[in-house]
Amino acid sequence: MSAHTDFPAHSDFPEPIEEAPEPYEHYLNHRYGLASWLLTKDHKRIAILYLISVSFFFLLGGAMAVIIRLELTTPEGDLVQADIYNRLFTMHGIIMIFFFLIPSIPGVLGNFLIPLMIGAKDLAFPKINLLSWYVYVIGGLFTFYALLTGGVDTGWTFYAPLSTTYSNTPVVVVALGVFITGFSSILTGLNFIVTIHRMRAPGMTWFRLPLFVWAHYATSLIQILGTPVIAITVLLLGAERILHVGIFDPKLGGDPVLFQHFFWFYSHPAVYIMILPAMGVVSELVAAFARKPIFGYPFVAFASIAIAVLGFLVWAHHMFVAGISVYAAAVFSILSMLVAIPSAVKVFNWTTTLYKGSISWDTPMLYALGFIGLFTIGGLTGVMLATLGIDIHVHDTYFVVAHFHYIMVGGAIMGYMGGLHYWWPKITGKLYSKFWSKVGALTIFLGFNVTFFPQFILGYLGMPRRYHAYPNEFQVLNVMSSAGATVLGLGYLIPAVYLIWSMRYGKDASANPWGAIGLEWETNSPPPVENFDKPPVVTWGAYEYHESRVAPSLPPPKQEVMRVT
Amino acid sequence: MIIPPVQGFLPNSPLFPPRASEMAREIDLLFFTTLGVTVLFSSVIAALLFYFMIRYRRTSPTQVGVYLKGGSTLFLESTWIIVPLVITLVFFAWGARIYFAAARPPPDAKQFYVIGKQWMWKIEHPGGRREINELHVPRGQAVKLKMTSEDVVHSFYLPAMRVKTDVIPGRYTTLWFNADTVGTFHLFCAEYCGTEHSRMVGRIIVLEPTEYERWIGGESPAGASSVPSGEDLFVAKACHTCHRTDSTARAPMLWGLIGKTVHLEGGQTATADETYIRESIVNPAAKIVAGYQPIMPTYRGQLSEEEIIQLIRYVGSLKPPTGPEPTPSERPAGSSPSPNESVR
Repeated sequence: MSAHTDFPAHSDFPEPIEEAPEPYEHYLNHRYGLASWLLTKDHKRIAILYLISVSFFFLLGGAMAVIIRLELTTPEGDLVQADIYNRLFTMHGIIMIFFFLIPSIPGVLGNFLIPLMIGAKDLAFPKINLLSWYVYVIGGLFTFYALLTGGVDTGWTFYAPLSTTYSNTPVVVVALGVFITGFSSILTGLNFIVTIHRMRAPGMTWFRLPLFVWAHYATSLIQILGTPVIAITVLLLGAERILHVGIFDPKLGGDPVLFQHFFWFYSHPAVYIMILPAMGVVSELVAAFARKPIFGYPFVAFASIAIAVLGFLVWAHHMFVAGISVYAAAVFSILSMLVAIPSAVKVFNWTTTLYKGSISWDTPMLYALGFIGLFTIGGLTGVMLATLGIDIHVHDTYFVVAHFHYIMVGGAIMGYMGGLHYWWPKITGKLYSKFWSKVGALTIFLGFNVTFFPQFILGYLGMPRRYHAYPNEFQVLNVMSSAGATVLGLGYLIPAVYLIWSMRYGKDASANPWGAIGLEWETNSPPPVENFDKPPVVTWGAYEYHESRVAPSLPPPKQEVMRVT
Repeated sequence: MIIPPVQGFLPNSPLFPPRASEMAREIDLLFFTTLGVTVLFSSVIAALLFYFMIRYRRTSPTQVGVYLKGGSTLFLESTWIIVPLVITLVFFAWGARIYFAAARPPPDAKQFYVIGKQWMWKIEHPGGRREINELHVPRGQAVKLKMTSEDVVHSFYLPAMRVKTDVIPGRYTTLWFNADTVGTFHLFCAEYCGTEHSRMVGRIIVLEPTEYERWIGGESPAGASSVPSGEDLFVAKACHTCHRTDSTARAPMLWGLIGKTVHLEGGQTATADETYIRESIVNPAAKIVAGYQPIMPTYRGQLSEEEIIQLIRYVGSLKPPTGPEPTPSERPAGSSPSPNESVR
């Protein structure tokens, strides 16, 4: 990162007009050099490490999506061979899920903000925090190695016995990558839970916690309880593939449906690992940009916990047509309906919060709005999929692809982008272009909808997913989707440009550029190494907005520094 | 890839796939009802968001939102918990009714066999005629498919009937439909199954019953492998030496077995469906019928899935031995006389 480079320049040439202020030492400029980053135990620097690595994987997974959409502009499989296509969508899924969506918000925003929000100096276990990043990187290197040697063609779901017996690709290498990265997820979750329990500032009661923290608490529960199951599953997969122990392949005496139970027991809760932190971000954004407490705070907080708990009880809704008992299917259908309720509660509470708010149209708020709208569509189509009679038609079609991209891209990535834009001034101490950030947000929203809305129709028409070539009548909608993907891809490049630009050329940010409430806005931007100059004491709830507590907009940063220090 | 033009697809509107069964109509009705609720809720949320964003936009840099009085919170929260709950439970009940119907073929359904393998569908008609990647069925006749896979998991998907069921190695799954429209429609593999997954496609051709009768009289096309009959296999694999119909049998008698409840060593029971019979052939030690010794050797790897299906069909066709009623000790395969399943 180059954000710190401005400060030494200023101190070399003290300006004669003002009394020379002490050069402000913060987490970005108190030490330099690669070692100071790779051996850091500062949660803020580790968050930056995560930011760089998840961005790398997002770019990688996104590039694959581009080739996939390009291939699908024609019904014939003519751009790449079937084997290449299968590897592309497999690696796209594995990279986006395990190496971008799961670590993105907790690793970057959660790491940076949880200690700041609860008034702590750091996470409970700073060394374990650094370890979790290294574990993530090692898992990523395994996967990246597999990608360089050709990739895997099993689908990200690794269904047996295709993955254990029939695939001729380095399945074990990628499975190991997933296995290893899982430990990173467990360590992060463990760290967050202990931190939230033990490190809260005096006066920071559970019901004064920002909802972002509640959402991460719920996420961490899933991470430490669910992730071991995927670890066991991929070990069994490896045991069958290498040692031919009959677990899943009927030719060896195994049961392929057992694999699906094991796999989804983790991988459905994993969906909530991806979406709950984004919900936490949206709660913060809605409160900050409406300058109001979140309506029904305890309902939103407990909705996160309810989603985490119920999320463990719905896995077999991925298997309604896999020959499971009709009674089991009925139970899993009704439980899947129940998990929709806390999600709906959140949407209604966010919407009601805007009523009589003081709403600004800043970029993070645009992302929050995009999230609420797209998540609502994604969630309701999820209810449709949980309806047994509908699922037997649209299961494994593009309807499912559209549904989960509305949750993952329209939900989780919108939340991540919104959070990144909201806390960017805090993280880097710099402001980005208001105009270009709004252009970027609108481009992403439009591109997203043009890409994925046609896929709902394709699915209802019967186009199965993971098809390299398809019947001619599906072409028009596929071309629309690919055109949208081009816009979406460009949309993601716009923030990449102006955010990187802002690190060098952006105006300095004040401690509280949005006039928001929260402990993270009471310390400088960027925060000092130990987060707060003196330990904060909390005497009010998370979103108790009042005129006297909303800072005047954009005071000069140097005054701000002087005032706080 | 060139897929033969499919008549009936996109007849007038690009937004409606053809439908060719009564169940497809029921599923469409449910789909569009739930879609209507989805559109309604999404529109209400979107409209409220835009209205609030404009109506309550910030007018001065230090303005803050208005605190709401706490009184209405509980009422609103319970409303938006209970209303969606009731709506989703209606979806659930409606969807479950269709799903249960889709899982239970009518008793007069004609049974076809389907084998999925990388990357083709092999289909066998009740009369024994075989075809590949095409399924001819008579209009107005319930058709039940007993399906298994030779290798990985596939999924048999007929969009025009709005049904699909996974085709899983090592067990039999069932799919049924009753086509009510003559025409040619898509058959897709819906579960990703490896390199040529997107070429594991074919057609379902719904014929008038008379035309189907004419068609079924024809020859199996070249390429549909010839498989010995179940009766020949029963002798060739020496099944008949133990599964005899006289009192010297060392193994259970098999007539009338399919659908019966079997009593096992250790007091458990099992339903003798196709999956049970298949398992008893490839892994006979897994379930031992009460009163018999585990002496049967495994036939794993010695029989193809098609041959196993021939054996199952043969077992299903066995008639009770002519002569006096069997004594209790001679009842077939541990079956028990029950009110519903009495032994004739």
